[in-house]
Amino acid sequence: MLADRTTERRLNIPLLSPIGRVFLAFLATAGRLTLFAGASVSHCVRAPFYPRLIGHQMIEIGYYSLPVVGLTAIFTGMVLALQSYTGFSRFNAESAIALVVVLSVTRELGPVLAGLMVAGRIGAAMAAEIGTMRVTEQVDALTTLSANPFKYLVAPRLIAGTLMLPVLVLIADIIGVFGGYLIGVYKLGFNPANYLSQTWDVLETQDVVSGLVKAAVYGFLIALMGCYHGYHSKGGAQGVGQATTNAVVSSSILILSFNYVITALFFGV
Amino acid sequence: MNGSVPKISIRGAHKAFGRNRVLRGVDLDVGVGESVVVIGGSGTGKSVLLKCILGLLTPEAGSIQIDGQEVVGMGGYERDRIMHKFGMLFQGAALFDSLPVWENVAFSLLDSGEMSRQEARRVAEDKLAQVGLGPEVGDMWPAELSGGMKKRVGLARAVATEPEIIFFDEPTTGLDPIMGDVINDLIVKCVRELGATALSITHDMASARKIADRIAMLYDGQIIWAGPVAEIDRSGNAYVDQFINGRAEGPIKMAVRV
Ligand SMILES: Nc1ncnc2c1ncn2[C@@H]1O[C@H](COP(=O)(O)OP(=O)(O)OP(=O)(O)O)[C@@H](O)[C@H]1O
Ligand SMILES: [Mg+2]
Repeated sequence: MLADRTTERRLNIPLLSPIGRVFLAFLATAGRLTLFAGASVSHCVRAPFYPRLIGHQMIEIGYYSLPVVGLTAIFTGMVLALQSYTGFSRFNAESAIALVVVLSVTRELGPVLAGLMVAGRIGAAMAAEIGTMRVTEQVDALTTLSANPFKYLVAPRLIAGTLMLPVLVLIADIIGVFGGYLIGVYKLGFNPANYLSQTWDVLETQDVVSGLVKAAVYGFLIALMGCYHGYHSKGGAQGVGQATTNAVVSSSILILSFNYVITALFFGV
Repeated sequence: MNGSVPKISIRGAHKAFGRNRVLRGVDLDVGVGESVVVIGGSGTGKSVLLKCILGLLTPEAGSIQIDGQEVVGMGGYERDRIMHKFGMLFQGAALFDSLPVWENVAFSLLDSGEMSRQEARRVAEDKLAQVGLGPEVGDMWPAELSGGMKKRVGLARAVATEPEIIFFDEPTTGLDPIMGDVINDLIVKCVRELGATALSITHDMASARKIADRIAMLYDGQIIWAGPVAEIDRSGNAYVDQFINGRAEGPIKMAVRV
């Protein structure tokens, strides 16, 4: 009996149990997150709504993220034009530059970079705000005042995130293409009319639509991770800091992995 | 209580955090329109008890009834309906720092949409006046208030909807003695005039004697004594005696090294 137990311990504890523990913790988190997402979405579609709070979040996410997203987009467009020129000039294919810029920006870089910037800005802010409310008992106070925290805190952020990211990305697309145009026309000396018509010719509805769908998904994920980590934070200032970090890291990873999934769905074979 | 259904009835409530078994079989009744004060050492689980009644924490075992209706494990609309009966002053006030003071006080009135903003503002100023704060405080932000002012705003928020049951977690802590007495009067007024039922927590024996009809002492996870306020001095319970007289020597041992 005793011998049995020692062999068991020798076999299990050093090797398998850490793996098992990590796996179980992963499953538990995934389960909790799924329940959280389900509850949040169900509150997004059921009355009462808080139009004031939704409007406030839309301004916070859409309007105040414009400078960051705009700067990211214009420099990305410029760099793309520059890089593809140095690459393609060897093959004498300058006309491909407009194509590279517009397709990369609308399909990939616009949504992904805007998503990552907004994750850093908004996801962190949401986690910090809700986390602070949690550790100072403000979330409990909401409940005792008959205001459901999911309705009051989570739903407005999810709705605003899902609606505003596509708008931001559309603006980022335009600014990014403009950045490529600036370099193409003023630095590389292309004909402006030709550059624009090339851009317009290669662009298809699907390119823009896939980017906007990605944006909506990222907006939802950013808000979801911000709210989830904030809502479950504990242990004072340190816990809130941890929640903020987790929100940014997890939403960034989710953005990059969903980017692959959505791309595969739209353009996959 | 003359055989009528108590407003709050707790039987065998257990609540643990990991290995820390905080509540170990709490039994407590609060009658309709009665004011009960729970006393007990720091960290004995008084705040946890209130949060269990409010449904913010779920006890692992035991029953909690409000107006004869079981609330442990209750959810959805039923829970929302019960919540409307409650007002709560949190130990740390828990004011919403994204809202100005007056919107904090009028939160429920604005949220339920039963009042225009002007009306709600008027009610908020009235409630603020009752806790000794002028109308100019209404436009300040919670971060600009002192600790005692926060507590009083929290109190105004708890009573703003004139709830049936009000919980006060240390209402007079952090207030000067005079303001403390004003708050005591306010609590007594809520109970006497509005007919509310009150369950309060305090360390302040003067306040307890003033606001309580009955006092209950929580020790070691259980209510070890409960009785009318007039009997507290002859409870015959060594723990209660030590606590109300604030003596370091006695059956309650503080884990400190001198
Ligand atoms: N959310 C929580 N997670 C883990 N432990 C908790 C939690 N809330 C309270 N506790 C523990 O429960 C015990 C009782 O806490 P509680 O806040 O009820 O004390 P209290 O009687 O109100 O004390 P005080 O008079 O100092 O306010 C403490 O040991 C505390 O560590
Ligand atoms: Mg307490």
